[in-house]
Amino acid sequence: MSKFSLLDHELIPHHEIMDEDDLKTVLTHYNVEREQLPKIKVTDPIALELGAEPGNVVKVIRKSQTAGEALYYRYVIE
Amino acid sequence: MQMDNMVPSIPKRIGAIKFGLISPREVRKMSVTSIITADTYDDDGYPIDMGLMDLRLGVIDPGLKCKSCGSRAGECPGHFGHIELVAPVIHVGFNKILRKILRSVCCKCSSLLLEEGKKRDFLEQLSRQKDMGHLPDDVINNVFKEARKSKTCPYCNEEQLDIKFEKPSEYIENGHKLTPTEIRDRFENISDDDIRVMGMNPDTARPEWMILTVLPVPPVTVRPSITLESGQRSEDDLTHKLVDIIRINQRFQENRDAGAPQLIIEDLWELLQYHLTTYFDNEVSGVPPARHRSGRPLKTLTQRLKGKEGRFRGSLSGKRVNFSARTVVSPDPNLSINEVGVPISIAQHMTIPVRVISKNLDLMREYVRRGREVHPGANYVIRDDERRIKVTDINKEELLEKLEPGWTIERQLQDGDIVLFNRQPSLHKMSIMAHRIKVLPNKTFKLNPAVCPPYNADFDGDEMNMHVLQTEESRAEASILMQVQENILSPRFGGPIIGGIHDHISGLFLLTRTQNFISKNDALELLRKSELRELPEPRGHLEDGEPYWDGKQIFSQILPKGLYVEFPAQVCFKCDTCKKGDCEYDAYVVIEDGELIKGTIDEQAIGAFKGRVLDKVVKEFGTTAGAQFVDDFTRLAIRGVMHTGLSFGISDEDIPLEAKEGIAIRLQDAENEVSELVQAYENKELEALPGRTLAETIEMRIMQTLGKARDDTGGMADQSLGLENSAVIMARSGARGSILNLTQMAACVGQQAVRGERIRRGYADRTLPHFDKGDLGADAHGFVKASYKSGLNPTEYFFHAIGGREGLVDTAVRTSQSGYLQRRLVNALQDLEVQYDGSVRETRGVIVQFKYGEDGIDSTKSDYSKPEAIHRVVRSVTGKEVV
Ligand SMILES: [Mg+2]
Ligand SMILES: [Zn+2]
Ligand SMILES: [Zn+2]
Ligand SMILES: [Zn+2]
Repeated sequence: MSKFSLLDHELIPHHEIMDEDDLKTVLTHYNVEREQLPKIKVTDPIALELGAEPGNVVKVIRKSQTAGEALYYRYVIE
Repeated sequence: MQMDNMVPSIPKRIGAIKFGLISPREVRKMSVTSIITADTYDDDGYPIDMGLMDLRLGVIDPGLKCKSCGSRAGECPGHFGHIELVAPVIHVGFNKILRKILRSVCCKCSSLLLEEGKKRDFLEQLSRQKDMGHLPDDVINNVFKEARKSKTCPYCNEEQLDIKFEKPSEYIENGHKLTPTEIRDRFENISDDDIRVMGMNPDTARPEWMILTVLPVPPVTVRPSITLESGQRSEDDLTHKLVDIIRINQRFQENRDAGAPQLIIEDLWELLQYHLTTYFDNEVSGVPPARHRSGRPLKTLTQRLKGKEGRFRGSLSGKRVNFSARTVVSPDPNLSINEVGVPISIAQHMTIPVRVISKNLDLMREYVRRGREVHPGANYVIRDDERRIKVTDINKEELLEKLEPGWTIERQLQDGDIVLFNRQPSLHKMSIMAHRIKVLPNKTFKLNPAVCPPYNADFDGDEMNMHVLQTEESRAEASILMQVQENILSPRFGGPIIGGIHDHISGLFLLTRTQNFISKNDALELLRKSELRELPEPRGHLEDGEPYWDGKQIFSQILPKGLYVEFPAQVCFKCDTCKKGDCEYDAYVVIEDGELIKGTIDEQAIGAFKGRVLDKVVKEFGTTAGAQFVDDFTRLAIRGVMHTGLSFGISDEDIPLEAKEGIAIRLQDAENEVSELVQAYENKELEALPGRTLAETIEMRIMQTLGKARDDTGGMADQSLGLENSAVIMARSGARGSILNLTQMAACVGQQAVRGERIRRGYADRTLPHFDKGDLGADAHGFVKASYKSGLNPTEYFFHAIGGREGLVDTAVRTSQSGYLQRRLVNALQDLEVQYDGSVRETRGVIVQFKYGEDGIDSTKSDYSKPEAIHRVVRSVTGKEVV
């Protein structure tokens, strides 16, 4: 059986694990702690595929009707 | 004053709220007295000691002092007492959990019927749920479910019997009814650790506390007695119920002490259980409700809390307010949209507090001098010691003399005061807007009909509410954020929600389309109510030398200078290639520098929800100019429509004989087509549409054919009525009604449908006995050939009623469903807030959306995301079109 990448599906927006530097910029920009970001479960299929671990932050680039592209950041939880 | 016993009035912060069961010890500890006698007052009307009205429970009669805290009525918060129950009784509210625990613990040794390992496992799950901030309900349910499965106790090997529960509160084990005492004994022996596994905290909630041994007696302030006009005292329902409980309790005691037979004891026990049950909840299923002497069911504790008028929904979530008025609304096109007409009788009753200072002393004296009778006067003065004094003819002179800075007067409403105006249901923020008042005669609120759309108001008897703001800050805030002109544009779609309706649209349509020769007198009359000082150059001169103007010029007078817009009007025929400014129907609006060059003003220009011109004026010239424009065009339109006149009557649906015949022929053709289709179907010659059965296909084809026929007849009627017909004018300009309405009135009502299908229900194989069985023809399934004007025949009328009923049911269902959906949405989203950095967060600061709407744009400030404004600036500077 062949494997599929979830990210190749057009209905799934781009996800990536953020590195600490980028994350710091985002957190200072919004003046928040990680816990104040929206959450994503490690067991979420896309998190599994990325190999994200609790404590990571996943950056989501969604297509947006209003803005073309919209950035979201989600804190990985158990 | 006895300060030491009084409740200190220092505000305190609540650190935490803990919920648990109240223990008998706690009940006794907080009680100020035990209640032992069922009598309330003695012969002199003085409360009896240790009775239900004991003075230690608090006071309600003025003049008496509380024996517990020493305060008078109104100051004393009330204090609890208690009744020692002779035998334990089950609390109805806990039956569900009681049942679960009873079935999960050993009947002999009271241990939870689970292996040690499992208990530990569940405890771990519980603590994990708690850490995650989740509710423990699921885990607890699993505990009970697992424990119930054990047939023998893993600790003492006792066999476990099934426990049956019988309403209202009987527990039967193997045919033997468990008494509350037995249940309580079992619960008392449950270990603290087992209680924790069941999700309870043994320090604050021991299961045996669910079985009452002592009953708290609420303070008299909770159940005040009222004195009737006859001087007779009438007690609260709760007091009545407590009297019953004490009586039975006493009888029980006496009987038991006298060694009465077991049967009588059991009866009394049951009776005590009944009274306590109904004391807590008088609507328990299986228990006859306790009634008053008059037969009215008593309102006991649960009934006080439950339901729409209960403590939660009635007193805590929803409250009644002062400084509000409500009456019927009616229209007044001469008012500004920012104004509301207030009847003088309301203006004289409602007041605004004004502080007297040295600068306004004379003015304030004048208000007081006028008093309550002469508007605008003052109804009350408040002295600097905060005493409110009613202004009367008798004390007026005295008050005038004493009035000095530091006092406050409550003056009546007058023109220009800011109030909030509201119509229910308040579904969006525009349902409550701030208006400036205008005091008018008569008894209704008056409003400019252009503000009907945001309130969704009409004048068929609608009532609206007015709230008078009492502080300077609230008035400032309301006028900046809530005034009508600040709400012309709706944040829902970024366009105007306030705008012309009905006559405004017909008026300007007629003015700008047909009125081409307007004399000076008429021109001045049309523009009379606007702030205009001069007429423009006349369009031309008549043969006799008299100057004339046209409607477009008149309308241009109320447009702001510097306004540029163009767009196809509502009447546009949507030609394949739009000729824009050269449109032969004058259906393309061109406005240059505040001058209407081409086109007709209709719904697309000034209507609520559409209003392109209005939209542009507000976005480019500001809200004040927007409000001015609405005020001007509503007045101009009303005068315009009065100038030409617009009437509609039954004769306006008359169509010429030839058209009538044409319509009849077209309908006959359609019927023939239908019978041909039916023929083909019956001969099995019909070809099924892809994915449809033959029966479905024929239905669809028939519907299509008849629909087309109806539309065609509509076109024919529309054509023969002509553009001068007032119904056509209203439909085409978007003022009111549609071409479909016209079609149905003049030509053909068309197919009646139930759930989008032709009508099929009724008798076996036919809708009505007037038709043959299996008849698939048009008239047998609800096609109404007649028009409303010509009148429907009986079968048509019947089918029409069927179709109409579905419409009614639909709207009724839809409104209730969408209302609930909205309520849920609002509850879920009400605490979200757009922050200054553009992010949307909830109260804890957790981000929900990183940028509001993902683009961070306020739709009311954006020109539908089009860069048109900047293009125009570039164009005007460079003289070149931006590509
Ligand atoms: Mg109405
Ligand atoms: Zn007291
Ligand atoms: Zn046991
Ligand atoms: Zn056109």
